[in-house]
Amino acid sequence: MALLEVRDLVVEFKTRAGTVHAVDHASFELKEGEALGLAGESGCGKTTTALAMMRLLPSNGRIVTGSINLAGRDLVRASETSMQRVRWKKLSIIFQGAMNSLNPVQRIGRQIAEPILLHEATAKPEAIERAGKLLELVGISRDRINDYPHEFSGGMRQRVMIAMALACNPSLVIADEPVTALDVMIQAQILELLERLRRELGLSMILISHDLSVLAETCERVAIMYAGKIVETGPVVDVFSDPKHPYTQGLVAAFPDVRGPRVMPEAIPGDVPSLISPPAGCVFHPRCKFAFERCTKAEPALAEIGPGRRAACFLFPEVPEVSESEIPAETR
Amino acid sequence: MGEVVHGVRVVSPFRARATVMARRFREIGLQILHNKAAVLGLVILVFFVVLAIAAPWIAPYGPLEAVPDALPLSRSSSSHPFGVNQLGYDIYSQVIWGTQTSLIVGIAAAIVASVIGTAVGLISGFVGGWLDEVIMRFNDVVLSIPWLVLMIIIAARIGNLDLWGIIFVIGFTGWSVTARVIRSQVLSVKERMFVERGRMIGSSNAHILIRHVFPNAFPLVFANTILTVAVSILSESVLAFLGLSVRNTSSWGRTIADAFRYNALTIGMAEWIIIPGLCLVFLVFGFYLFGYALDEILNPRLRRR
Repeated sequence: MALLEVRDLVVEFKTRAGTVHAVDHASFELKEGEALGLAGESGCGKTTTALAMMRLLPSNGRIVTGSINLAGRDLVRASETSMQRVRWKKLSIIFQGAMNSLNPVQRIGRQIAEPILLHEATAKPEAIERAGKLLELVGISRDRINDYPHEFSGGMRQRVMIAMALACNPSLVIADEPVTALDVMIQAQILELLERLRRELGLSMILISHDLSVLAETCERVAIMYAGKIVETGPVVDVFSDPKHPYTQGLVAAFPDVRGPRVMPEAIPGDVPSLISPPAGCVFHPRCKFAFERCTKAEPALAEIGPGRRAACFLFPEVPEVSESEIPAETR
Repeated sequence: MGEVVHGVRVVSPFRARATVMARRFREIGLQILHNKAAVLGLVILVFFVVLAIAAPWIAPYGPLEAVPDALPLSRSSSSHPFGVNQLGYDIYSQVIWGTQTSLIVGIAAAIVASVIGTAVGLISGFVGGWLDEVIMRFNDVVLSIPWLVLMIIIAARIGNLDLWGIIFVIGFTGWSVTARVIRSQVLSVKERMFVERGRMIGSSNAHILIRHVFPNAFPLVFANTILTVAVSILSESVLAFLGLSVRNTSSWGRTIADAFRYNALTIGMAEWIIIPGLCLVFLVFGFYLFGYALDEILNPRLRRR
């Protein structure tokens, strides 16, 4: 049985310029102990999906429809009090921009202990003791528990953030751009650490990144997002070696091949469409070199096109159109 | 210290904490000794604090005691180094007793002003919205009235203030600037990522305000309090100069006012005005020096690695 099952998730933000359709009918699932990569350009709804799962959307955002089923409990319909029990204890997040997510005037140990103190009935000395164990788990000496954040390097601060996410023994961890802004050597160390933790603690993980090489190294399956929609999913090796959706093909082509000839990688022409008024039909059609008439009129659904592979593109005859009833009222 | 288990020395968490704190205080002490401005400020402050505490033993006469061996308005002599004032009090003793008044009123009023100003600034900046608007507009009104005038009017209106009265008048009229400074810092701190993280972890607003926002604004609170001490000492002197401060004790401001009234300069008693004036300048200067140096040492982000 799947640990996490997200079905038809729709998230909107109300802004002065209009309603932003940040996540549009996203569906994916995650098995116990599996790592799923969530890839896509900036602003395509990766972080929003993560925040929606934690039910931590900013005040102008809301989940319109859909379900997020975590171990048999629908988080969309859960009350705030029961969310308090789920957050950190079942599901936690490694924040984007770890370097700045630490309070500069509070000792590291106290900060790691914070979720423990908030979510469990634990006395402070015991929580600090556990913070020390967590530090050792992520490869930092326990002696540094009384140090301040500025005494740590960027990579170590990222380790601290990982320790904080693991504080209450969650079964699922969402890592939002965990290695962005770190140099390549440190990236490798952090990814290795995540991999080890996953093995040792039997964690399930959702890794969000715009860097395909990061996902290729750590995940079993990937979901490619474009303009708030999931356009392709499948086993990571298959998706990167034989991308089906034109957007995924463009994304893979945009990454240089280390062993290949020295040519400039290909870019996808055009820009990400406005999420306030997305184009009619397939959201990718204005940038797609294979687009034909049907793409401008109807929206392709995410459908099975091979073993374990799903794509939302009319190039595959088996892909159906999204039925009227599934399109939210605002876009009809 | 502690028993040995498997070759590791086991120390109780309490003792470990105490050791860490002791080490931290030693570090701060060493850093103060390496900072020239801090040492100079500290020397000045220690001098005046000792003077204030030891006043009963150092001062040859009481604060309201006429000398038996000289006429009022006598110039300096070996027994009365700065002369005798119009009531027959020894000016040297007056200056020493005045230190007590200045320090007590200055520090206590600054604490009152800082506590009020910090609380107002924290809440106004953190809560935001209409509450912030109301508080800040009220603050603007208070700030638009010249602060000294406001203080003088209130002190004069109440009249016959005792020590606590003068402390509260200075404290209650002096928090506006602190509130505004703290609010601006809170506005910047509350947008930082760790506040967002605190929210995501599930901390309450009160917890975030006390644990994350306040500690980040504290260096500023501290620097501001030290500044306010200096300003409060000056305020007390101004009120005393105008005859609005505590009546039954001596104060530098009153001493200077008396000297003015009896034309100290023309009757050849310049020290009557210069000595309390210099004391005032040095004490205020000492607070500035020490305050800024300590801010640099205590603020983890300014601290040198």
